Amino acid sequence: MLLVEDLFVEVEGKQILKGVNLNINEGETHILMGPNGSGKTTLLRVIMGLGKYNLLKGKIYWYGKDITGLPPNERAKLGLGIAFQRAPIIRGVTLRQLSHYISNGENKLEDVAKQLKCEELLDRDLNYGFSGGEMKKTELMQLLLQSPRLALIDEPESGVDLDNIAIIGEAINLLLGKKKVIEKKKSGLIITHTGHILDYVNADYGHVMIEGKIICQGNPRDLFNQIKEHGYEGCLECARCRGL
Amino acid sequence: MREMQRIMKELNEKAEKAKNKPAPFGPDIDLTSFFLPPQREEVESLEELDREFRDRALEVGVDAREEGRAGTYFQADRAPIYKKVQEFYKGQIEIMSTEEALREYDWMVDYWWKAIPVDTDKYTATAHLLQTHGYFIRAFKGQKVKTPVQACLFIAEDKAMQNVHNVVIVEEEAELNILTGCTISPRVKRGIHIGISEFYVKRNATLVFTMIHNWGEEFDVRPRTVVILEEGATFVSNYILLRPVKSLQTYPTAILQGEGARATFNSIIYGLGKSIIDMGSRIIFSAPKTMGEAISRSIGADESRLYMRGQLVGKANETKGHLDCRGILLSPRAVIEAIPELIAEEAPLSDLSHEAAIGPIAEEAVEYLMTRGLSKEEAISIITRGFLTLQMPGLPRLLEKEIDKALQLTSAEAL
Repeated sequence: MLLVEDLFVEVEGKQILKGVNLNINEGETHILMGPNGSGKTTLLRVIMGLGKYNLLKGKIYWYGKDITGLPPNERAKLGLGIAFQRAPIIRGVTLRQLSHYISNGENKLEDVAKQLKCEELLDRDLNYGFSGGEMKKTELMQLLLQSPRLALIDEPESGVDLDNIAIIGEAINLLLGKKKVIEKKKSGLIITHTGHILDYVNADYGHVMIEGKIICQGNPRDLFNQIKEHGYEGCLECARCRGL
Repeated sequence: MREMQRIMKELNEKAEKAKNKPAPFGPDIDLTSFFLPPQREEVESLEELDREFRDRALEVGVDAREEGRAGTYFQADRAPIYKKVQEFYKGQIEIMSTEEALREYDWMVDYWWKAIPVDTDKYTATAHLLQTHGYFIRAFKGQKVKTPVQACLFIAEDKAMQNVHNVVIVEEEAELNILTGCTISPRVKRGIHIGISEFYVKRNATLVFTMIHNWGEEFDVRPRTVVILEEGATFVSNYILLRPVKSLQTYPTAILQGEGARATFNSIIYGLGKSIIDMGSRIIFSAPKTMGEAISRSIGADESRLYMRGQLVGKANETKGHLDCRGILLSPRAVIEAIPELIAEEAPLSDLSHEAAIGPIAEEAVEYLMTRGLSKEEAISIITRGFLTLQMPGLPRLLEKEIDKALQLTSAEAL
């Protein structure tokens, strides 16, 4: 469904992505790992069409259609969605008000809020004074209302306490249709720094990104165990051995 | 009676002397180009009014069906054409024109040009010399009326002047909510509205005053408002302007005369077309332990020029005041000037602060909403509305709904 082809991206004069290739098929959950500043968030933002970046080279295809130049709302309509790591504060706008735009009047807001145990956030200004956990929950809540075919999720566990990680894991499984057997599964690309989310979400593929390149791919659990043992330094060394 | 005549004579003399005195702020207006419109007949019910009157009134929160209203005052041009206190509220409040009140009550002179000097400027002077009624609303001692009283000041004649002089008295321990809508007929192009408002909030009383203005591109507006608060009294003002105006200049002032009194001003201004809007809020802390806050949200679009003033004057100790003035400029041809002023006068324990900010709509926020499928225009509109309607503290639920309704009606076109 999503094909990222040889992506080179510059942000504020600095090259961040240096030839990224990624292929995500229907029903697949991918995990993107990597040290801070390796370009993971930039990749997600470029896939969603966000922010000011300079595309030096490469294309993004969605079911074969070139979407490289589309604005974020057009991409959302096609079925892409994103949960931000740090969402902007919007004063005077509540999640309840926003939900009317997202879910086209469908009345599933209360149910979703109940599932994520964040009913009390519905009438507060969006992201204003939210804790880390509250922000993650409301981000996932918006995605649940939006129901994208591919969910891009940026560090769902950062700044979240252990009690809430379980709820967030549940929400991601719900979002990706992992709880249902019959329904066609959705796809996901999840950034994780700590790997905690792997305890709750079954992922199919893992990718390690370092210095703007995906240098390793494989089973996400195996990859993470390796990283735990050898650190990202180990990944770099391994990549060098492989001539990458 | 003789006393009244003497006072009126004095006022006339002062007003005559001030009738050409320009105001310190706002463009000067030649008042000779307007005329006093003819009288109008009273109506039995607001539903008798032309559809056009009713629709325009509804846009500024005045409901001709009077549902959910404790009472109504409706003035068209120079004539008070309708006034009513709903049966349930009789004995709790009274509503009449100020000219009637002056005939009815000798003590009205104690409230007449007492908060605002008649010779403040040419507009106050003209409002006295060529007065065209205005409302008198009083909540009796101890009566807590949560349901709003609505007042409509309507202008139906082109090139007319409406010079209203309003007096509101909230007696001790009483509570009153007033919703005032000022608007014009779609046929009216040019005109002026001068509105003198003298409000007296007595000991431990509360007045919530919400005003929605809806004028036209060739229309000038000069309200002059002073509120006097006694010990423990509370005043909340909510002001909303979302349509174009030629020029509007006002600097409503709350004087906290009694210990523990509180005042809050909330202003929402949307500058459109070539509007010149000079809007201030002033709080004078004359007694100890008084508190006040003035919050304004303004948007400058098209070629509008907005001067957002705020002034806190601390004259007594243990007083606390804050100004919060924010603007968004949506057009490269618009101007917003924020002018916050803090004055501590011989009161070392007066605690005054301000924050003023003018900036663009955060691109990040627009994109954020776009990822949820909203178009850029929808995203800007929802952010702008959020910025403007930022929850107003102290606003009763009922009025909040009214304001939301008015915002939706007026901003549908504006945003």
